[in-house]
Amino acid sequence: MAEIETENKIKSEEYFVNMGPQHPAAHGVLRLILTIDGETIVNVDPDLGYIHRSIEKMCERDSYQQIVHLTDRMDYLSSHINNEAVCLAVEKGLQLEIPDRVKVIRTILSELTRLASHQLWWGVMGMDVGALTTYFYAFRDREMINDIFEETCGARLTMNYNIPGGLMYDIHPNFVKRVKEFVAHFKTKLPEYDRLLSGNIIFINRTKGVGVLSREDAISFGVSGPVARGSGFASDVRKRHPYSAYDRVSFKEIVMNEGDTLARYKVRILEMWESLSIIEQLIDNIPEGDHLVPTKAVIKLPKGEFYQRVETARGELGVYINSDGNKNPYRVKFRSPGFSNLSALNHVAKGGKIGDLVSIMASFDFVIPDIDR
Amino acid sequence: MSYFSDIYNGIKTLLTGMSVTGKYFINAPREIITQEYPDNRDTLKMFERFRGEVVMPHDKDNFHRCTGCQSCELACPNGSIEIIWDRQVDPDTGKKKKMIDKHIYHLSMCTMCGLCIEACPTDAIVWAQNFENSVYDRSSLTKVLNKPGSRLLPGVED
Amino acid sequence: MEMVLIAVAYLLVFAVAGLYLVLLERKVAAWFQLRLGPNRVGPFGLFQTMADALKLVSKEMYGTNRADKFLYNLAPYFPIITALLAMAVLPFSAQFQAFDINIGIFFLLAVSSVGVIGILLGGWASNNKYSLIGAMRSGLQVVSYELSVGLSLLTMVVLTGSLQLSEIIEVQKNGWLIVQGHIPAIIAFVIFMIAGTAETNRAPFDLVEAESELGAGFHTEYSGMKFAYFFLAEFINMFIISAIAVIVFFGGWLSPFGITEEISWFPSVLWFLGKVLIIVFLMMWFRWTFPRLRVDQLLNLEWKYLLPINLFNLVFMAIVVWLGWVITF
Repeated sequence: MAEIETENKIKSEEYFVNMGPQHPAAHGVLRLILTIDGETIVNVDPDLGYIHRSIEKMCERDSYQQIVHLTDRMDYLSSHINNEAVCLAVEKGLQLEIPDRVKVIRTILSELTRLASHQLWWGVMGMDVGALTTYFYAFRDREMINDIFEETCGARLTMNYNIPGGLMYDIHPNFVKRVKEFVAHFKTKLPEYDRLLSGNIIFINRTKGVGVLSREDAISFGVSGPVARGSGFASDVRKRHPYSAYDRVSFKEIVMNEGDTLARYKVRILEMWESLSIIEQLIDNIPEGDHLVPTKAVIKLPKGEFYQRVETARGELGVYINSDGNKNPYRVKFRSPGFSNLSALNHVAKGGKIGDLVSIMASFDFVIPDIDR
Repeated sequence: MSYFSDIYNGIKTLLTGMSVTGKYFINAPREIITQEYPDNRDTLKMFERFRGEVVMPHDKDNFHRCTGCQSCELACPNGSIEIIWDRQVDPDTGKKKKMIDKHIYHLSMCTMCGLCIEACPTDAIVWAQNFENSVYDRSSLTKVLNKPGSRLLPGVED
Repeated sequence: MEMVLIAVAYLLVFAVAGLYLVLLERKVAAWFQLRLGPNRVGPFGLFQTMADALKLVSKEMYGTNRADKFLYNLAPYFPIITALLAMAVLPFSAQFQAFDINIGIFFLLAVSSVGVIGILLGGWASNNKYSLIGAMRSGLQVVSYELSVGLSLLTMVVLTGSLQLSEIIEVQKNGWLIVQGHIPAIIAFVIFMIAGTAETNRAPFDLVEAESELGAGFHTEYSGMKFAYFFLAEFINMFIISAIAVIVFFGGWLSPFGITEEISWFPSVLWFLGKVLIIVFLMMWFRWTFPRLRVDQLLNLEWKYLLPINLFNLVFMAIVVWLGWVITF
């Protein structure tokens, strides 16, 4: 702890600590440069770029069917929702009329993906605050969703099942039965999650009043998703700008006003219940029809800009395609939810302790490939 | 007074949490979720749509269905497929046409997206379900999918 | 000659207990987490810790550049030596107690307090700021919770009237102490379990070695056999705290319904070990269920909750004994 008087005006007794890119608790390769004074954090400086793979540049060289598989790997926990965003943007450009069957199946798969992502988030949040068994219980339930995906789409994590125009192949005959079994099973397990972690007095002491983000700050930093809804900012894209089949299901938008870590935690747990209810409303009435609207082998969008926003498990993902009439897009830009959420981390973590930083990062639910693309 | 109710509530939530894990401990042998992998290879069966590796099925007379049209090579986003073709005299009709010499597949670069299999007009390539692809030598991951001496099944091009 | 034999016997017990407690922890953790534990090396994984010990012995022991060599090498021995000293006074059965002095409990408490020096030395001598933070946190945690441990044991001494361990077990021939001193004894037991878990730096009080936070605490810079010393010492400490709990609250080597003499063919050391294993299992159950406490919450718990309740409990127990409200059989 040196006494440094540089032009940065670092006070004495503060020192820099690196929560490095390889870390058991950081959710990916994120480097945080912390300035701490004893146990209290003075400044958090994220250093990104360790997993930048230039996805947006690669999209400029690929055709429109090929850019879908790159988005799988951006936010790999909501890969189906990312694919859906790009396909909806391209279909908007081509002005295709998508059959109802495709819309309903896409919504069911999106909600299953959201459930899988929140289950993993719950397991990891427990692990970060120290309850090491929650990870295994979350993965046991997530395996059922992975098996559903593997049977229908062929892959468990990076699915690439949506293509512009519909779905790659029709759903497997066992799909409806398996989803119903899963919903029935998970409804008995979700109260157990509450009994194990949410009510626990040690957990409540670790998360109540920790990392408060006020509503004005949430709007000014541009956060979205469960982080914003935990601070009182009702910003669910599924309600405000409905897409696919969200306008024909009824679900509540969960908003809490305290803005602390416990509020964000509760928002995600209640969102899991809402996802279960959406799946139940849709699974029995999947309309008959085609699974695909045939497009030409080489898709060319007309000149112009097309934007589509969806709600991933982390927040609002925006896909912007700028096309100049060729078979490759001119520019593709992804507005990623994690990037804006990360900008609020410094403001929220200042003045807290290092143990608080870990639980705040767990409640923000970062996936670093989403931030770095 | 809330001191005592705090203590009481605190201990109650702790005991609830312990009851959840305790229940799993008691039922442990039935609820194990792990598979004992190398020992259960005989009974392990993947789903039929599982994306393991791209293969070209050959029937018993060593015929395949690949016409060398290069649709899969064009559909692949990162160049994992290379088709080596040649214009040769077709033995059945006597005319010169495009025939496939080698269908090279780079397993090391493949992202398992499935676009090549969807693009193929004759269903020549399909998914295989094996996932144990690790090797000691990286050059053995570059595979030639059509077997030596195999020819195109007659009648596929219609 | 006899002394050497006894010393060797205790070293063997120490080593075997340490190794098998580690295996037990891994199996129990696995069963909580819906998976099997180590089951490849030997039947039911019984030789797993041997294999781990062999691996640790064969590792290269390097130190850091500007570490204080003498203190760095000295630090791991403190927890081991204090653990061995504490094990020497434990009564495993009526005939098997190495050192029965008349200040038994006092000796146990004093010796376990010396163990914290090893942690502080290890953290300071590693010349690493993460180790230093971890060691300081651990030091304050152990020092604070020793008060609670001492006071809760003192509450039970009020009931027995003697500090000597074999005397305490003699008194329990009329019924275990947790039954004799009903409500205050149960409160004392709960406080002793909480404070004892904190003494050994185990979850939920394991922020010292929390892997989710910076580095690995005070044993970041230790590798090979020295790391094994710290690691084994933690498990032996757990064994010792459980043993103290069993002796003082649950009757030591006596059988449950006061029939020890009737079934004298049944070795009473098995009663002792069985009860100790149950309490050890309880501590492991805590570890795998609860999240971790933050540093200020830990101190809050001790100074605002455990200590006042302890003092009140002591007075309560004194009143109970004075009025003769104990339950004897």
